[in-house]
Amino acid sequence: MEKKKVIDMKGIKKRFYIGTPNELEVLKGIDIEVYEGEFVAIVGASGSGKSTLMNIIGSLDRPTEGTYFLDDVNITEAKDHQLSAIRNQKIGFVFQTYNLIAKTNALKNVEMPMLYGKVNGKQRVERAKELLTIVGMEDRLKHLPEELSGGQKQRVAIARAMANNPAIILADEPTGALDSETGRMVMDLFHKLHKEQGKTIILITHSPELAEETERIITIKDGLITGERKGSGKQC
Amino acid sequence: MLIYENIRLALFSLKANKMRALLTMLGIIIGIASVIAIMTVGNSITAYVSDTMSSMGASNITVGLQQKREEEETTREGMSFGGPGRMKTATEDDYFTKEMVENYCETYADSITAISVQENVGSGQITENQLYANISLSGVSLGYFLANDLNLIEGRFFTEKETNDGKMVAIVSDKVVNNMYDGNEEKALGSIFQANINEKYYSCTIVGIYEYEESAMGFSSSSEQDITTEVYVPLKAAQSANHSSGYSQFTVVTKTGVDPDSFAESTESYFNAYYRKNNNFAPSAYSMSSMVESMTEMLSTITLAISIIAGIALLVGGIGVMNIMLVSITERTREIGTRKALGAPNSSIRLQFIVESIVICIIGGIIGIILGIIMGSVAANLMDAPATPSISSILISLTFSMFIGVFFGYHPANKAAKMDPIEALRYE
Repeated sequence: MEKKKVIDMKGIKKRFYIGTPNELEVLKGIDIEVYEGEFVAIVGASGSGKSTLMNIIGSLDRPTEGTYFLDDVNITEAKDHQLSAIRNQKIGFVFQTYNLIAKTNALKNVEMPMLYGKVNGKQRVERAKELLTIVGMEDRLKHLPEELSGGQKQRVAIARAMANNPAIILADEPTGALDSETGRMVMDLFHKLHKEQGKTIILITHSPELAEETERIITIKDGLITGERKGSGKQC
Repeated sequence: MLIYENIRLALFSLKANKMRALLTMLGIIIGIASVIAIMTVGNSITAYVSDTMSSMGASNITVGLQQKREEEETTREGMSFGGPGRMKTATEDDYFTKEMVENYCETYADSITAISVQENVGSGQITENQLYANISLSGVSLGYFLANDLNLIEGRFFTEKETNDGKMVAIVSDKVVNNMYDGNEEKALGSIFQANINEKYYSCTIVGIYEYEESAMGFSSSSEQDITTEVYVPLKAAQSANHSSGYSQFTVVTKTGVDPDSFAESTESYFNAYYRKNNNFAPSAYSMSSMVESMTEMLSTITLAISIIAGIALLVGGIGVMNIMLVSITERTREIGTRKALGAPNSSIRLQFIVESIVICIIGGIIGIILGIIMGSVAANLMDAPATPSISSILISLTFSMFIGVFFGYHPANKAAKMDPIEALRYE
């Protein structure tokens, strides 16, 4: 049986400052397909259009041209409030700078997407505890972000990304702000989630070594895909 | 569910910036506190005035003399005293004579129940052996007791004969009985006491004892022992002591069914006839109810003035809230971006910040209400009036602070809601 397509992008273009002399085409026609359960890396130098692509994949932005289906939902034509709901239900973000909500404990942070997804209180707490256990933070439920180390914060953020059981986890340089040892730990966690939970993970990075660990590597340069090859997929 | 979460969040962010929150609330606190304080005082005074009015009789008319201004009609509203340095003292010649008042009583017999006149002799002391009592001696007509609702607890009022003859019989307060006769009323009745007033001695026989009521408007600083109370003797006795015969002022108790205001006008014009030739003074008559009216009018003017000031304070406070909300939103741009990335719709973000603004305003409002009640009660107590905080003004204040929260919170909240998530996430 063929695996389900989670991301189906065709001819995606993104232009900024449209109609002005400064008009800039950042993405020049990108086709990407990601299947359920894949661990994909998108690699590119800064200025390659990597961030813009990530914003579109994450439904934070709409493409100027092209079609994008995320889990069979057409993002290209979605309205703002629909995009909010799509982000809430289908995408789990992991940011380089963690972006946990300050002065709000780990548990509440993980509950947040479920709060906006209108999950009831009891279920929310249960699910959040379960997720924090998966990432190994079960003994830090009531800790505030200020009281956690970088690696711990990122683990809470990963738990938060999985809260509504999204179609994809979109990780933007998740180890960028961490030292190599904790960075390793976070990467191991992604491998674990991929293998044990079957999560679809898209890793956006500029580091070829990290990309090498994934199953498939998509290289982007000057707004175009310049290469696509299999990664080692192994975990060192 | 979201509302509860938002209130929790708002309280958190307030707790994180206590000083800032307090300063933000200050305008609201001052505004609400002054409104509540003035409402409390106003309520107390109004309650007190209407209370006094019913005890003093709203149907009483006070007739007195008023200085005429040169080349100028004296108006009733002109209860102010002429120009500075132009004060003249009314003399015996200017006073209302006994005949005038008697004629007046005859003319308006249908409308008048009694005439109350008071002639002050002076303040002094009753002394006997080691005992003393501070008193103020004044002569009164029989109508005085009626007009002032005096509560006689023992003995009697003056007889007709005593009144006409000007006998030195006295009605004293229970305080005098306490001080001089060990509180023994039987012993006091019929006793003769010596009162020393301005180096003169008067001896009177006690025929009645009334219950002393603390005057509500005065500051009673003296101790129980030293309180000065009135000793009443017949009017004629006081007049002969003062070597006078006229009245500078008297009170008319009207019959029920007579309109005090219009009767005050007829009284004034009646006496005006006698004073046409008098260059210095003119009679003036005003009813108790018109006094109360002018007092409540004055109060409502003060209330209005303070309310306007409070309104300005609230406006400034509201702008302060808006300002701090804008700062807070800028500070939390990344948080807003994150929330949006996690799937918060614009409406949730807007709600979050409006709730925060409302919470600031309501907390400010509650602090203001508490402060206002305290200030109002202290002020009412100083005036010896009972403190009665107005429930309606408290409710209105709460609603109003909520309204300020919505009104001044909407713009910042909307700004937050409309932020571009990508920009917000990138914000440093």
